[in-house]
Amino acid sequence: MKFWRTPLDIDKLKIPHGELHIIAERCKGCGFCVEYCPKDVLVLSEEFNSKGYHPPKAVKPEECVNCDLCEILCPDFAIYCLRVEEEGKEVAK
Amino acid sequence: MSKKVALNKAPVEEKQHPMEKILRMDRIPHIWCSTCGIGTTVTALAMALDQLGLDLNKVAILSGIGCTGRVAGYLKLDSFHTTHGRSIPFAFGLHIARPDMKVIVFSGDGDLISIGGNHFIHTARRNADMTVICVNNFIYAMTGGQVAPTTPTTARSATSPYGCYEHPFNLPLLAASSGAVYVARWTALHIRRLANSIKEAIAKPGFSFVEVVAPCSTLYARLNKLGTGLDLMKFYHDNSVIKHGADPKEIDIDYQSQIIVGKFVDIDKPPYIECFNAGNKRVFGDKFKPYGGGNGSN
Repeated sequence: MKFWRTPLDIDKLKIPHGELHIIAERCKGCGFCVEYCPKDVLVLSEEFNSKGYHPPKAVKPEECVNCDLCEILCPDFAIYCLRVEEEGKEVAK
Repeated sequence: MSKKVALNKAPVEEKQHPMEKILRMDRIPHIWCSTCGIGTTVTALAMALDQLGLDLNKVAILSGIGCTGRVAGYLKLDSFHTTHGRSIPFAFGLHIARPDMKVIVFSGDGDLISIGGNHFIHTARRNADMTVICVNNFIYAMTGGQVAPTTPTTARSATSPYGCYEHPFNLPLLAASSGAVYVARWTALHIRRLANSIKEAIAKPGFSFVEVVAPCSTLYARLNKLGTGLDLMKFYHDNSVIKHGADPKEIDIDYQSQIIVGKFVDIDKPPYIECFNAGNKRVFGDKFKPYGGGNGSN
């Protein structure tokens, strides 16, 4: 990330990291989370759940920044994201 | 086959989805189709309630009939699944009996505007303190895709196979001209703005109205060959324009045209119970004991 000025508290800032939880059995494979993930963490998997839909899977789980967009866009309440407090990358200067 | 069994026997996660606190989990999974926008709107309502920090024992949710009418059954609040189109009269009665409760009506366009249209305009005129969230998917979805009063001209439906030739309702204009004090419109994609808007609407004393344009994949999108609900979400992303304070007369939704979203009306007007108390006070003077008064102790 490039800043037009370096924030004064850049040493204290950390990029948040989220832990993804996918409830595959509740998913209806709509693809909202895959389409709107800003970090492209998710893809629709090849596997089926028992309803016959393809639930998403995380291909780059380490990239997740806990923006919660997948959680609030999911119409089936099948994905959620929990913030991992201790982890989190330093902001690149 | 073996894969299926393995998935079914997946270990139960110890951690809980944040929505499970507010959902009746014995009724989940819900019946809404894949790529339907109603579930997203329910999440927005839950976010708004969470951010407001309301006591959930003092919140009631009412729905009519239809796809969106099932919301009351899925939420672990005081919920009321009413007859077709009559969610607003039930809400009005609940509001009069228990003025301390926050009353939220969550229903669809066919329920609130066509069958319950007269109730809608008169409760807005009386400015009863309630929040009406109307999920507009442009069609009667649960009954098979018939023309709704919001179906845009030239859009196809089960009862207009050559394209609808009627003029649709402009819901924010209807609400604003009937006397609503808060009118906003968002799509199911503007999820955080929608949650903020619902939050403002619940906090606002008086009749507040939030229209949510939501995708219907199985009927509206299929009959009009628009793809899936995901394609409609992409359409909203590309074609919605935020114009706060726009004149409600100029925000009609035509078939696959630009959708103007935002907060259109935010005015202050005394709500129904306040008017009732003031009117009786004027006539009866000190003999009249005010009703309600905000905490419902009377």
